[in-house]
Amino acid sequence: MLVRLAWRNIWRNPRRTLVILLAVIIGVWSMIFLGAILRGMEAEMLRNAMSNLTGSLQIHHRAYRDDPVVENSMADRDKLDRVLGISLGQGAHWTRRVRVMAVASNARHSGGVTLVGIEPEKEARISFIGSAMTAGRYLESGDKNQILVGRAFLATFNTKIGHKLILMSQDIHKEMASKAFRIVGVFSAESEAVEKQFVFVPLSQAAGMLKMGESISEISILLPDLDMTGTQETHMALKLTAAIADDTYCVETWQQLLPMMKAYLEMSGFFLYVWYGVVFVAMGFGIVNTTLMAIFERMREFGLMKALGMRPLQVVKGVVAEAFFLLVLGISVGNILGFLSVAAIARNGIDLSVLAAGAQMWGIPRKLYPEIWVQDLVVAGLVVLVLGVLVSVYPAVKAARFTPTQAMMKN
Amino acid sequence: MSMELKMAWRNIWRNPRRTGLTISAVAFASLILVFMLSFQFGCYETMINTSVKISTGHLQVQAKGYLEDKKMRQVIRDPDQVATRLDTVKGIDAYTFRANGFALVSSDQRTYGVVVTGIDPLGEAHVSTIQSLVRTGRYLTANDAYAALIGAPLAKNLKVDINDEVTLLGQGRDGSIAAAVLTIKGIFDSGMDAMDRNVIMMDLQGFQDIFSMGKTVHEIIIIADALGDVSRVQQDIRDQLSGKREDTDLAVLDWMDILPGLLQGIQMDLVSGIIMYIILIIVVAFSIFNTFLMAIFERTREFGVMMAIGTRPSRMATLVMIESVCMTLVGIVAGIIIGSLLTLYFQQHGIYIAGTEDILKQYGIPDRLYPRLSLISASAGPLVVFLITFVSSVFPALKIRKLNPVEAMNHV
Repeated sequence: MLVRLAWRNIWRNPRRTLVILLAVIIGVWSMIFLGAILRGMEAEMLRNAMSNLTGSLQIHHRAYRDDPVVENSMADRDKLDRVLGISLGQGAHWTRRVRVMAVASNARHSGGVTLVGIEPEKEARISFIGSAMTAGRYLESGDKNQILVGRAFLATFNTKIGHKLILMSQDIHKEMASKAFRIVGVFSAESEAVEKQFVFVPLSQAAGMLKMGESISEISILLPDLDMTGTQETHMALKLTAAIADDTYCVETWQQLLPMMKAYLEMSGFFLYVWYGVVFVAMGFGIVNTTLMAIFERMREFGLMKALGMRPLQVVKGVVAEAFFLLVLGISVGNILGFLSVAAIARNGIDLSVLAAGAQMWGIPRKLYPEIWVQDLVVAGLVVLVLGVLVSVYPAVKAARFTPTQAMMKN
Repeated sequence: MSMELKMAWRNIWRNPRRTGLTISAVAFASLILVFMLSFQFGCYETMINTSVKISTGHLQVQAKGYLEDKKMRQVIRDPDQVATRLDTVKGIDAYTFRANGFALVSSDQRTYGVVVTGIDPLGEAHVSTIQSLVRTGRYLTANDAYAALIGAPLAKNLKVDINDEVTLLGQGRDGSIAAAVLTIKGIFDSGMDAMDRNVIMMDLQGFQDIFSMGKTVHEIIIIADALGDVSRVQQDIRDQLSGKREDTDLAVLDWMDILPGLLQGIQMDLVSGIIMYIILIIVVAFSIFNTFLMAIFERTREFGVMMAIGTRPSRMATLVMIESVCMTLVGIVAGIIIGSLLTLYFQQHGIYIAGTEDILKQYGIPDRLYPRLSLISASAGPLVVFLITFVSSVFPALKIRKLNPVEAMNHV
């Protein structure tokens, strides 16, 4: 009865209803839209960070992360192969790497780089390097002394494709090892720092130069789905650790490998919800104000109801029920609008390349595709609904306090 | 006009509750904008000043092309002469010389390629925070020619500690081999990974000997009195250096040239901030638009009466506009005052956001953030709020012109 009364009351004055609805719709839409942009940015940042040689999970020798040298490498290749073959599910990719600090030099320049020995075909499925070639070619399985360098590296070293590059590093016996490579391909990356930092050679060549035999520095694993909370990675890490059952090997998730990224994701999620609160307060003033005015306009009506014997509590319930319907309606339309606007810009993405250098430094992607999270929708909807109902109690109590005489005297 | 103003002012306070809520909405939006903008500007200034103090300085004098190529031979030939010119420029707090080279650094067990930076220990202490970043051991003194400061992670990787020796092997300015044995006197930890892992610092004179630099240096690092003075000081230095033939191949760069990433990062953050503010302002504008519109509906009868006694619709529209402007102004002033007080409070005490320490550490910022109130941060947001609410009050005011006195008076 109360519900029906409330529903009919809303549509008695469609103009007033539409005015309040509009405020709710705009508020909800803005929350969804902003949330989608932020989440899109986060997802893209995480994807970039993962493709930058991190992956979802990595396996190292226990001491490697603190002290990334060839001595701290993993020797038991067969065992790792076997464990990974059994434990990883469908769609997951993994690859081996040798990764070590080295000095690159040619006739004109010398500088520190990270030498990465890769398995070309497997690596291409996991990190950015497979799709980052801008000139020359990618590594092939039979390659011997071929090397890939970054675009910015070419400029610093004043060199080009086909030229020689000497790499020096300490081998497993702590002797200086060096080997000449020939540049066959040039890659581009999200940041110049990455282009200058990494050089890629075939895994077997790196291992040979450093006298590592069958040992490798790291295994990088990419799981098929992106999980921003890192839950699936944590589960997988536990499973792998149990399967390897050897504490000289250490399995770590991207959350452990990229603590900054984890902290950033947590902070930006928190900040989004704070902003939801701020937007709600801005919207709340409008809701209270318009509802109050509507109540005063209907003073006669409330007086009449009370004269007919309606109790104050029933009046409060009635007004709150009206607010509830309005909020639910506004939230639904706001959601639909949010979906439509996000879908419209998601098709082409938002181009941020104007701010390229800033994007590099802050790890923010050059192109942004908004993403809607169910969690954000629920939070936005709940914030608006719960707080909206709460603030509508104030006008409702006002309405319940009208005495029949006072109310019916009006006009 | 004064008559309308008086009527408008009285009309506003005929319904104090509604007016109060409308003003609160405007005040809230203004307050948030004042605080958030001040907070952002404060963070930027902290970021700039910390980055600048850890390494780059507000301004640098370098040989042209050194910024891009970092070649050993791109030197400032006569740094002392440039220094005498700098002494005549007002607004410079301190300056110092530096030289950089690449070398292999080996301990007993390990070898790494690093950047070796030659610093003048006394001058450097006035310019950068390096002295306070030395966590173990001590900072360099004037006659420490073959002593070195090393980053904590690099020391760990090289497996060296205080008073251990490391061997340098690199290439001098003239292409000769540069080799030396340095004793580690201090271990620093700036929090910035790139610096802590890749840099060894030593005395400038020792550096000049080892790398055959003679009296030349690569960079003159300058700290201005205040961040706001930087562009003026830069121009003054350019003026001082121009016209002297031997100086035409020198470049005067500011922190934006040296750290383009920092500037663009700030711009990017500002842009995303502005998007959020625009969304907030739109929501507030709708709140206010609704209130105005409802108020007009409510007062239909009153307008009908006024029309019937001969008030022209345009005059009533003006009246309503003045009412809305008055309300907005009161809200904005209240918002600016409360927002400024709030900002000033946190400017004194700082804001601590849990979980951000690691991120801040990367930029060398301590764990508290300080907003900074300025004329721009206090006025820009509220001004936009004023404009938007003004526009959103035009439509309801125009509605009045369509009223018909007879119908309007019959309106309940």
